[in-house]
Amino acid sequence: MDIFLQQLINGLTLGSVYAVVALGYTMVYGIIQLINFAHGEVVMIGAMVAFSVISALAPGGWPPLAIVAVGTACAVPVCMAIGYGLERIAYRPLRHAPRLAPLISAIGMSIILQHLAMLVWSRNFLAFPQIIKVEPMHVGGATITSVQVAIMLTSVTMMAGLALLVYRTRLGTAMRATAQNQAVARLMGVDVNRIIAVTFVIGAALAAVAGVMVGSYYGIAHYQMGSLLGLKAFSAAVLGGIGNLPGAMLGGVLLGVVEALGAGYVGDLTGNWFGSNYQDVFAFLVLIAVLVFRPSGLLGERVGDRA
Amino acid sequence: MRFKAPVWVGIVFVAATLLALPFALAHAGTAWVRITNFALLYVLLALGLNIVVGFAGLLDLGYIAFYAVGAYVYALLASPHFNLHLPFWLILPAGALLACLFGVLLGAPTLKLRGDYLAIVTLGFGEIIRIFLNNLSRPVNITNGPQGIARIDPFTLGSFDFSRGEKIAGLDFSGPIKYYYLLLAVTLGVIVVTVRLQNSRIGRAWEAVREDEVAARAMGINTTAIKLLAFAMGASFGGLAGGMFSAIQGFISPESFVLVESIMVVAMVVLGGMGNVWGVILGALLLSFVPELLRYTVEPVQKALFGRTLVEPEVIRMLIFGLALVLIMRFRPAGLLPSKVRKRELSERHR
Repeated sequence: MDIFLQQLINGLTLGSVYAVVALGYTMVYGIIQLINFAHGEVVMIGAMVAFSVISALAPGGWPPLAIVAVGTACAVPVCMAIGYGLERIAYRPLRHAPRLAPLISAIGMSIILQHLAMLVWSRNFLAFPQIIKVEPMHVGGATITSVQVAIMLTSVTMMAGLALLVYRTRLGTAMRATAQNQAVARLMGVDVNRIIAVTFVIGAALAAVAGVMVGSYYGIAHYQMGSLLGLKAFSAAVLGGIGNLPGAMLGGVLLGVVEALGAGYVGDLTGNWFGSNYQDVFAFLVLIAVLVFRPSGLLGERVGDRA
Repeated sequence: MRFKAPVWVGIVFVAATLLALPFALAHAGTAWVRITNFALLYVLLALGLNIVVGFAGLLDLGYIAFYAVGAYVYALLASPHFNLHLPFWLILPAGALLACLFGVLLGAPTLKLRGDYLAIVTLGFGEIIRIFLNNLSRPVNITNGPQGIARIDPFTLGSFDFSRGEKIAGLDFSGPIKYYYLLLAVTLGVIVVTVRLQNSRIGRAWEAVREDEVAARAMGINTTAIKLLAFAMGASFGGLAGGMFSAIQGFISPESFVLVESIMVVAMVVLGGMGNVWGVILGALLLSFVPELLRYTVEPVQKALFGRTLVEPEVIRMLIFGLALVLIMRFRPAGLLPSKVRKRELSERHR
């Protein structure tokens, strides 16, 4: 039971990060039906920028929370700019091209971003300065750290904020209209190009915060950290039904929990034949299983086929 | 078939070039022959994936898994790891067959998924295969984990060893040159098969499914079976290429079968012009040779310009590569040599 609770807490933490990243994928997909393949790199850049700022400020003796806040505040605009650039360079010129063309140009962008990051931040693993004192709290037989609590709270706040934005504001209405039918939205006076750019930028802002959270959770940043994280988050978005905001949140949390519980129990269940090194398999196995039985994801509607 | 004289001249010219090529390359260094061999392996992979992506329109982002299956079948059955040394003409088809089986296993439950869902499932499948290869070293050592399998047998036919250099008819046939001819023969075979496939009943069925699945079904095409066939066929080509990779390289590890490799092959297919066999070949050759050319030019150019190496060549190479992907897609979104159907689609969309 203790293991269960502990893995549940770890899974929820990781899952809320996945969920925030997944939102970026699902928003872009919902509006232009394309996978933003470079989204994981945006998360990585967010972590890297925050790392630089936090390392620079750490010896200054500021309160830790303020330092992290400044780090995030620097990471967000940088990532927003990158998100905007991605849309303008890799996606907008290819909006009417065959479907795979933007995928390839996004892969190109992600290669460029990764190697630029490597130029700036070296190919080493960068250790985040441990400025926040990890205060373990005991819940039942498990421990939960202040960082974990902070990650979960931040994620929930951001998801709530995004939901408000999408469902309660004029901008959100325009986004949903564009997602449903670009041509009609344009006729109703929606500046479709601007809305699509804004969608990329909002996704990138979420990714920046997610990057800071991952960086401070694991205490490490690396120029390749975006790939696997992006992959998992994209799986989470598909799991929940891509293009569907609540689906991305559900998928992210679910994926995190499944992964953590799988890693915690696989040894016991298989008589130590398989260990926690199979952790990454669970995410994909669950994904495949869910899609086989629910081809549009958990909360996805049956959308029209487009090849 | 009757060719006019100029066509024959062209064919003879191309054939002569292809036959003489390894000796010219060997002049520049054996490394270039090896690079060419790997380029041919990528051509094989790209042609295999083209059946799935280009002909049938199914996006497969985990294609390298089939390559891995073929490579590991060969490595396990022809290396000191299990002390098995079966002949290559037996295990090469076995690898292709097992890859085909994996293709069917993956395809059967997932082919009803469309587009991006299928893409992510295949991607997940590729990762699962890689993780298993990486970890199946305990409790029973099957794949030897991240260390990989070394000292894999080369191809041998009787006393003819493909890895050993020898003089034949006064010419210096090094190991890589022998493999070059073998790969060239296999590649030509695969090209013939795919071109014939494309113009066959099956090829037309694939095209119909790709363009409009509902209409294809209404025309009496068993869409599930025809998609599964594409998957299985693509997979077995991948398995075949994997087996050859194993033998040529002599060493394999899970490192060689990472997601980036899958994406690379997809990039070759799309960049060249998916659905068009010649475009795909061009894409594969470009994406294998350009990074290598850059490897040899980036450093001297920097030295000439700034007097020293400012940026690691590897980084510049990848930056230029990424930029090339973006730019080519920007200006030739249907690929460098688009297939006729794609061209038609593009112009229709802009009417």
